Amino acid sequence: MEAGPQGVTGNSAASRIRKGENHASGFAFESASFSGRLIFLSKTRKEVTHICIGDFNVKNIKYLLLSGALIVILVAGIGGCDSGSSIIQAQDRLRIATTTSLYDTGLWNALEDRFEQEHGIRLDILYAGTGIALEYGRRGDVDAVAVHAKATEEQFIAEGYGIERVPFAYNYFIIVGPESDPAGITGLSPEDAFKKLHDSQIAFISRGDASGTHTKEKAIWKSAGFDYDTVATSGSWYVEAGKGMGPTLQMAAEMEAYTLADIGTFLAYKAETGLVPLVEEGSILLNVYSIIVIDPAAVEGAKAEKAQLLVDFLVSDEIQDFIGDYGMADYGEPLFNPCAGNEPAS
Amino acid sequence: MNELWQGILRALELLVNFDPEVMAVTFRSLGISSTACVIATLVCLPLGSLIHFTSFKGKRLLVSIIQTFYSLPTVLVGLLVFILFSRAGPLGELGLMFTPILMVIGQALLVIPLMLGLIISALSSLDKTVADTAFSLGASRFQAGILALKEARYAVITSVIMGFGRAISEVGLAMMVGGNIRGFTRTLTTAISLETSKGDIELSLALGFILLIISLVINIALSRLQQVRTSAAH
Repeated sequence: MEAGPQGVTGNSAASRIRKGENHASGFAFESASFSGRLIFLSKTRKEVTHICIGDFNVKNIKYLLLSGALIVILVAGIGGCDSGSSIIQAQDRLRIATTTSLYDTGLWNALEDRFEQEHGIRLDILYAGTGIALEYGRRGDVDAVAVHAKATEEQFIAEGYGIERVPFAYNYFIIVGPESDPAGITGLSPEDAFKKLHDSQIAFISRGDASGTHTKEKAIWKSAGFDYDTVATSGSWYVEAGKGMGPTLQMAAEMEAYTLADIGTFLAYKAETGLVPLVEEGSILLNVYSIIVIDPAAVEGAKAEKAQLLVDFLVSDEIQDFIGDYGMADYGEPLFNPCAGNEPAS
Repeated sequence: MNELWQGILRALELLVNFDPEVMAVTFRSLGISSTACVIATLVCLPLGSLIHFTSFKGKRLLVSIIQTFYSLPTVLVGLLVFILFSRAGPLGELGLMFTPILMVIGQALLVIPLMLGLIISALSSLDKTVADTAFSLGASRFQAGILALKEARYAVITSVIMGFGRAISEVGLAMMVGGNIRGFTRTLTTAISLETSKGDIELSLALGFILLIISLVINIALSRLQQVRTSAAH
């Protein structure tokens, strides 16, 4: 570590040379051990000296102060007005974690503005798979979670972290793949389709991230009579993406592979991926989105009252209509069906 | 390649039109990373000279450890900060999780080893006579430290620039402790990551170019400043 980059050595030595010139009364640097280096360095002196920042005399301290002041203004202006005020008013922020499939469709962006206008509460939305979203909830980092894995959610509530599971929208999972459908699964039941995919060993992309979609995939494997861990390790045809729904669809398109997707995200990505729905029928494919308010009794500091405002907002007639129409304009069909707090019958 | 051009054009368009959301994200990135960098500099300058001018057992090992941290993955720092500051963690009471303040703290932690190592290296590359002469003229350790830092200023400023570069370009930590919340903790890099996952390659590229343009402006400003100072010194 003694040997610094050449430029570094060069500069400091060169500035010393200059220093010697400018301040005759300053330090003397002639020494036997130094002279050998001097010859080499003097070659580069010209280019080295012009990138020197000069001596820190009074004039330069002004520049230093000026640039320091600039940085302070920058930081105060940008960081301050942006973060400062919002942190001071931390009480007026509500933080939720939502599944990527709801976020990637743009639904939450649209809802966020409406909620903020209606209640004057800033809504912070984190997008994460159901697994990590619930973990944020357990740790107290969010006030509510909007997820879609019923069994996991019920366990979460049984553990005492959530107050109540309120379904607010549903749609269906679909098995999508390349239009040519090399495995020939079109029109099969979800279980038979999975069996066929497993037997044909044609690439299948799994979310692989403990998300709601991943949980559903495991359920279908189980229902089809497979042991999930065996399937997941049975060969290179089974690919774990470890990504959100949108990127997983992109990956499936790139690799001409099959994947399980929620219909909302699929429609949002249909045009650019060119994938087609192959299996759409089967009660196991029901996909229910629900919101759970974190229980302050179990997780200190959770803002249950404000979170309840969001739940009421979501199941209100106006917003339920909005959700029921969402996507109509862009995709010609709605992405979600509203279910106003009730479990939909499959 | 056409996508690349589209990206550049889109970047210019966004910049010229002062697109409010893009501007907010850009200035947020700049604000968070420069604050982190200022904090890291304030820590590293005194600490670096202290380590350099003090002889103690295990100094070489310490420096090696600091240098190992150059390659600290940003997601690992993110994970550590997350564990510490998550509400269930030891510092959870502060309520800083998913705020820009925590991103500043995280980025400062990320940058400190790099800056510290480079500053120690800059001081080590100075000829020993600088400090020796200063001591022989009766300088205190503090004065000698200031003198040495001045002598090594070019390398010291380079270390600050490199620290800033690491801070503004990282995405793992910003994503993990900031959460990429729209209008609050979304930075250029997390926005690029999100837009790419949404399939908006053009916008992602545009944001990437904006990030590069910022770095260019900062580097030009610094070298300008250097030239001004050099001519003022003559």
